[in-house]
Amino acid sequence: MLAKTGELELVSSDSRTQSEKSSDPEVSHERQLIAEILAGNPERYYELIAPLERRIYFTAVSIVRNEADAEDVAQEAILKAFRSLGKFKGDARFSTWLFSITMNEARMRLRKRREVSLDEPNDDGASGDAEYTPIQLADWRELPVDTVLNKEMAAHLEQAIEQLPVPYREILVLRDIDGVSTADAAEALGISIANAKVRLLRARLMLRDYFVSHCLMPRTTRAGRGRE
Amino acid sequence: MIRLKCEDVRREMSNYLDNDISPENRELIERHLEQCQNCAVLLDSMHNVLVLVADERRFELPAGFGKRLREKLSREFENFRNGHRSE
Repeated sequence: MLAKTGELELVSSDSRTQSEKSSDPEVSHERQLIAEILAGNPERYYELIAPLERRIYFTAVSIVRNEADAEDVAQEAILKAFRSLGKFKGDARFSTWLFSITMNEARMRLRKRREVSLDEPNDDGASGDAEYTPIQLADWRELPVDTVLNKEMAAHLEQAIEQLPVPYREILVLRDIDGVSTADAAEALGISIANAKVRLLRARLMLRDYFVSHCLMPRTTRAGRGRE
Repeated sequence: MIRLKCEDVRREMSNYLDNDISPENRELIERHLEQCQNCAVLLDSMHNVLVLVADERRFELPAGFGKRLREKLSREFENFRNGHRSE
């Protein structure tokens, strides 16, 4: 609903109720697997984590930015989740829970290395993106997505993610790579949903700006000049 | 009729892409996008970058990752079984 000033009111639609989550066939399958594991069939854990392994590793490497540390973080998270499986309450997806554990492991690794500031940004819901002005560019939207993903592009994407300050990288990785809902990502990061949304917007704008200015801008400029 | 400013649209761009917005606000934003090339390009480019970010083809595990993980898990499963038997 809009106020007369044109201010938009946030309307959340990604917070599914407990009964909606319960009726999700994937959630039911997860619960069945977890029950079998806890009943004495631990090999079923492979089936539970198989679809998540790559994303867990990628979550870790996106945060710690070091392949050896990322492997330790990812594997430790998977082991910790197994050891704590009995405590998993099932009020979130198993994947969300595992991504939260991975994020915590990655944060611990960063603190241990004392390399990166984990300071929370000042992004309260009222003013978070007010001073951020995105770069204008001409017509990148005309480039079809399927043709732009190549090794060079993937490397630029890695750099674009890596240059984000940790709090922005965390929300972007959880939401846009891991596919965790904004509400669950907010919970995993210990921030409000409103702050998560503001932080996510800022992270996406920063990512997009870095990516287009380091990778696509030269192409766009060349294309623009060619038409002149 | 309410007209949105560019900053209103940009503030909601992320929610718009996530479909985390009311139908009324969606309609107002779409009306703005029809008139505003800058916001339309910003939205499309953000969307395209996010599609690339989420592309599974980017994710490659290091060689031997799965084998090393399975070795660790096997030991963990053994401990689990021993604990299970002693209960």
